[in-house]
Amino acid sequence: MEKSAMSKRIDINDLNIFYGAFHAVKDVSMAIEPKTVTAFIGPSGCGKSTFLRTLNRMHEVIPGARVEGEVSIDGRNLYGRGVDPVDVRREVGMVFQRPNPFPTMSIKENVLAGVRLNSKRLSTSAADELAERSLRGANLWNEVKDRLDKPGSSLSGGQQQRLCIARAIAVRPQVLLMDEPCSALDPISTLAIEDLINELKSDYTVVIVTHNMQQAARVSDRTGFFNLEATGQPGQLVEFDDTQRIFNNPAQQATEDYISGRFG
Amino acid sequence: MSTPTKDRTPARRMDHELDHLSGIVPSPVRPAPRHLSLMVLGGAVLATLLIHTVLDRSLVLSAVIGYLLYVIGVNVAYRLTSGSRVATDHTMRALVYGAFVLAIIPLVSLLWTVVENGGARALSPDYLLQTMNGVTGVHDKAYAEDGAPMVGGAYHAIIGTLIITGIAALISIPIGLFTAIYLVEYGAKNRLSHAIRFMVDVMTGIPSIVAGLFAFALFGVLFGVGTKNGVAGAVALSVLMIPTVVRNSEEMLRIVPNELREASLALGVPKWRTIAKVVLPTAASGLASGITLAIARVIGETAPLLVAVGFTRVLNLNPVDGPMNNLALYAYYMFTRPLNPGYRDPSIERAWAAAVLLVICVIALNLLARLIAKFFAPKTGS
Repeated sequence: MEKSAMSKRIDINDLNIFYGAFHAVKDVSMAIEPKTVTAFIGPSGCGKSTFLRTLNRMHEVIPGARVEGEVSIDGRNLYGRGVDPVDVRREVGMVFQRPNPFPTMSIKENVLAGVRLNSKRLSTSAADELAERSLRGANLWNEVKDRLDKPGSSLSGGQQQRLCIARAIAVRPQVLLMDEPCSALDPISTLAIEDLINELKSDYTVVIVTHNMQQAARVSDRTGFFNLEATGQPGQLVEFDDTQRIFNNPAQQATEDYISGRFG
Repeated sequence: MSTPTKDRTPARRMDHELDHLSGIVPSPVRPAPRHLSLMVLGGAVLATLLIHTVLDRSLVLSAVIGYLLYVIGVNVAYRLTSGSRVATDHTMRALVYGAFVLAIIPLVSLLWTVVENGGARALSPDYLLQTMNGVTGVHDKAYAEDGAPMVGGAYHAIIGTLIITGIAALISIPIGLFTAIYLVEYGAKNRLSHAIRFMVDVMTGIPSIVAGLFAFALFGVLFGVGTKNGVAGAVALSVLMIPTVVRNSEEMLRIVPNELREASLALGVPKWRTIAKVVLPTAASGLASGITLAIARVIGETAPLLVAVGFTRVLNLNPVDGPMNNLALYAYYMFTRPLNPGYRDPSIERAWAAAVLLVICVIALNLLARLIAKFFAPKTGS
């Protein structure tokens, strides 16, 4: 019962993103359904990562970044008055391009970091249970169960990335954002992460940015293609549709050019 | 070197093929005899000794000539055996070694002189546990003439040094650390942080006597002209210490990868907790060793304490009331104003011993900084 409440619908209305005077992303509107995997593809610099970061207000970390428009999760506007970005980030988790486990913490402490750093007290048994559940959720439990007290940085790159996923899902977010989670990984680790994304879909709404079109085709239900008209111009959402359609029969010429490699 | 000259035959045919295939110039390098540079060094040492003994020149002059012979000898020897690139390499090495030795000579010589003159006295319990209270020139005369035990030590100065430096650290560490946190985590590139950084740079260059006068003037205004006490000295030392702490801490916080901050923020951790629980622990080793080195920097200050703390021969444990003593001032006074002008040696012995204790403090703090860095360093691997 509890889990069914965990995935939420995201509605984006006329979102514009700026860095200072630079207009980075223009007029994006889309709806992301619960318990789906949505992929964003597009050339470098087209704003897809920037757009992803606005979904949990992480872009605000960069000085000068601001947003116009609306992002709602189950009808609640993330950018409404009185909404605390800290609360938003607890509901919308994020996994980054490069695995970034905390170097001062053990594997287990890394998984529990989100809970512990928010000063919630955990009994030993609750902590053990949460760590195991999260690590199982990230398909990492069997590989690390005998060395939970070793530093997180002792793992391989692919394992570290799954550790970061375990860390993100330990705080029970409703949405999981992934910013090119496999771009620093080898093909076998990539496969492990892709399998994991397929499993996460049953519990979470997943949004993933990827440079790898095959990956988008393999893991996602819906795909959005971002592009920019020229360098210095804002990026925009060219087409957003079922992944099958985007890859087999795109409506826009630009999309077809990009996915068939005829781009530029 | 542009192209190989014809007289240098490549060592192997392989080189020719490489040359032909990819345009790589075959190296004119031939293997040199093993330990050639050591042999040259041996020759240079021998030459130095010969110049010193046979020609009866001073040791310094002989060493300089010997070193020049070594540099030239290495160059010539390797040019003849291996070619010019290797010769240049070894010549540069010889110059670097020379610079290193030149840099290390004053340090070793200083340590040696200090320990030789004051080592024994510094570690005797009498010296460590007695003050100068009631000690007069009469005692020194008895010690020098009749072999009576030496009376009077640096106990009050040791305690004074610890108290004043401790208070200075208590003032400087929070201010410096929080300033650094502001500069790195909050002030990014705004005007205030530029201004702070500029002021900190200026403060780093302030002569220590100015810091002393500042504290003296400040306490004069606050508590009446001529107020001299331990806290005034600690304030003077803080003025010198804060910029160092800010600069060291800022560097350490800046090298914490931004990804760790983002990872923490993305978990819904507030910014202040991210700083307290992720950024500071990650930088802990660098912060701790930077702070320790900042303490080592001020522990031997003399001038500001002379102005702000004054001088006393008795033990004063109260930093807010009356003058205190510290090791650097103790050494200064023992050297410039011996207890018995007719018998200077006992006082000068005490001054050397105080110098030894100061050097020990600085070395200990440096070792401590390394231990701390090792202890707090993020663990990698298993």
